Amino acid sequence: MKAVHVIEGRAVPLERSDVDTDQIIPSDWLKRVERTGFGRGLFSEWRDDPSFVLNDAQFAGASVLVAGPRFGTGSSREHAVWALMDYGFQAVVAPSFGDIFRNNSSKQGLVIAQLSVSDVEELTSLIREDPARLVVIDVEKMDVEVPATGWVRSFVLDPMTRERLLNGWDDIGLTLRHESDITTFESHSHAPSLRGLFDQSGHLLAR
Amino acid sequence: MTGRTLYEKIWDEHLVAAPEGESSIIYIDLHLVHEVTSPQAFDGLRLSNRRVRRPDLTLATADHNVPTEPLSIPVTDPISRRQLEALEENCAQFGVTVFPRGHENQGIVHVIGPELGVTQPGMTIVCGDSHTSTHGALGALAFGIGTSEVEHVLATQTLPQQRAKTMAVVVEGHAPDSVSAKDIVLAIVSTLGTGGGAGYVIEYRGAAIRDLSMEGRMTLCNMSIEAGARAGLVAVDDTTIEYLRGRAGVPSGDAFEEAARRWRTFVSDDDAAFDKTVTLNAADLVPYVTWGTNPAQVVALDGVVPDPADFDDADEKSTTERSLAYMGLTPGTPIKDIPVDVVFIGSCTNSRIEDLRAAAAVARGQHVAPSVRALVVPGSHRVKIQAETEGLDQVFLAAGFEWREPGCSMCLGMNPDQLAPGQRSASTSNRNFEGRQGRGGRTHLVSPVVAAASAVLGRFATPDEVNS
Ligand code: SF4
Repeated sequence: MKAVHVIEGRAVPLERSDVDTDQIIPSDWLKRVERTGFGRGLFSEWRDDPSFVLNDAQFAGASVLVAGPRFGTGSSREHAVWALMDYGFQAVVAPSFGDIFRNNSSKQGLVIAQLSVSDVEELTSLIREDPARLVVIDVEKMDVEVPATGWVRSFVLDPMTRERLLNGWDDIGLTLRHESDITTFESHSHAPSLRGLFDQSGHLLAR
Repeated sequence: MTGRTLYEKIWDEHLVAAPEGESSIIYIDLHLVHEVTSPQAFDGLRLSNRRVRRPDLTLATADHNVPTEPLSIPVTDPISRRQLEALEENCAQFGVTVFPRGHENQGIVHVIGPELGVTQPGMTIVCGDSHTSTHGALGALAFGIGTSEVEHVLATQTLPQQRAKTMAVVVEGHAPDSVSAKDIVLAIVSTLGTGGGAGYVIEYRGAAIRDLSMEGRMTLCNMSIEAGARAGLVAVDDTTIEYLRGRAGVPSGDAFEEAARRWRTFVSDDDAAFDKTVTLNAADLVPYVTWGTNPAQVVALDGVVPDPADFDDADEKSTTERSLAYMGLTPGTPIKDIPVDVVFIGSCTNSRIEDLRAAAAVARGQHVAPSVRALVVPGSHRVKIQAETEGLDQVFLAAGFEWREPGCSMCLGMNPDQLAPGQRSASTSNRNFEGRQGRGGRTHLVSPVVAAASAVLGRFATPDEVNS
């Protein structure tokens, strides 16, 4: 993953709560075996509606999505994160998030900025007032700012997520620094091996 | 020392390393894989020249995408076919056991784990699917992960994790006969709300939970994620041990008794403290149905469609308005006056043999209403064969239900089993999100017996109405 320090761009107010991952990327899109090209599927059922905010030319090219509570609940599909990023979003600001979505975002470098309901409402009105306003999200300082207005709010990232974002660290690499611990653990693990349970073709062997 | 909760016991036993200032690393005992969330993970392994660390702790099945038409009909959608082929190729390349479409062990990933006895108490289990929580019914810590984490587990057999908070959801007393496990969990999700469980692992406790069969507990744990919790657990008891006895993946003879002794330790200690406790009274529960577009929007089957005016909170008011508009419902309409177009009995929530038995008991000697299309999709091949042995397929077919091949099917509509725009379903699945069962489709979540009764009467109904 690429390191992320500061995100600077225009923002889109979604103004919806409980935006689940089935809305972010409908299941039709999950048949693909690639990791790219999901941007076209982002909110695809809502985008057919000409009045949907992403169809508003004022918000074209925005890099920050501002949403209501419980954004990204539901399915574990990382495709939701791929779709948001492929479309051009680098951060999502909302009052709360689905746990798995938040996790998946941290693996891809999509910044999750959690602000209170009233802060999100204020940010939404600032953008509504002037959609051209720049929003700046600083991962190092952990704040969201609308520089033209002096509006700044801080958010919290857990220290590890912040480090990983700032350094662009790959999780597998980080874990493999502890490979000897894994090997030691395996010597006394209770994990029941499936070896001997199935034959080559997955049929149960008599035991 | 104060006692530990079940969650804490499993966590402690799987802690590989707790490096200062970093996430803890926990060991994963079983990694379940399916075609939808794995291709990009296997690609990642290839790109970085990594292997699957423990193919013997990894098991794959095709489920999300498979058509449920007779096996003689090939997979016609080329993108789906490509994904199913990719699963087989990846598993062959990396030495992972896989059950493709038509295999005798194939089925929905959360149905086959317990069924084969590879889901066992005290284990850590992950899968690139949020309903992995199902396996918690057996006292295993089981949760859904995204594709990057799938790759991480394939490569390292571990996951970086932060310890969750613990919540006890206690259902006291005994549920009336008309109340199924599905009704209990709909009541819980409605009480907690879609975000109420976020950050927690839930342990379901109380007499009404202990009364449930193992399959009922699976239905319950399955929907933990609908309350925002990544995992749900039920402590091990006699029901758990008896369910496991004789299954393919568990030891036999003395070795089973020895394993059972260890499994029985996977209960919360009496003096263990939970971060939060929520209590429900089972005697208050009734059959439920969802009316909206998130699974916490629940109402009694005897009730009416809610009115946005009943909500004080502005956010809830607008959510309700939006949901009702999508669902095409008018406030105040009695639920039992609402006609259904499609009935779906299936999904990892309710497609096991007990679910099919319960639905068949309602359907026996009846007929599906002429305006209704009704599908029964068993959770696995083994469930299908068991049901056929018991003659349940004939009961369903005689009553005008379709009897199909196993898979996720209309739970998420990735295969051809979909709702048409505007169609309304009574579905035994777990998500009523907009478009979940097909673009523009309107989903109402119900138990298997309510689904069967609604199929017969062509509107939402309870089983007692069918026989009266
Ligand atoms: S049946 Fe539905 S919820 Fe269960 S694994 Fe399949 S798609 Fe997911």
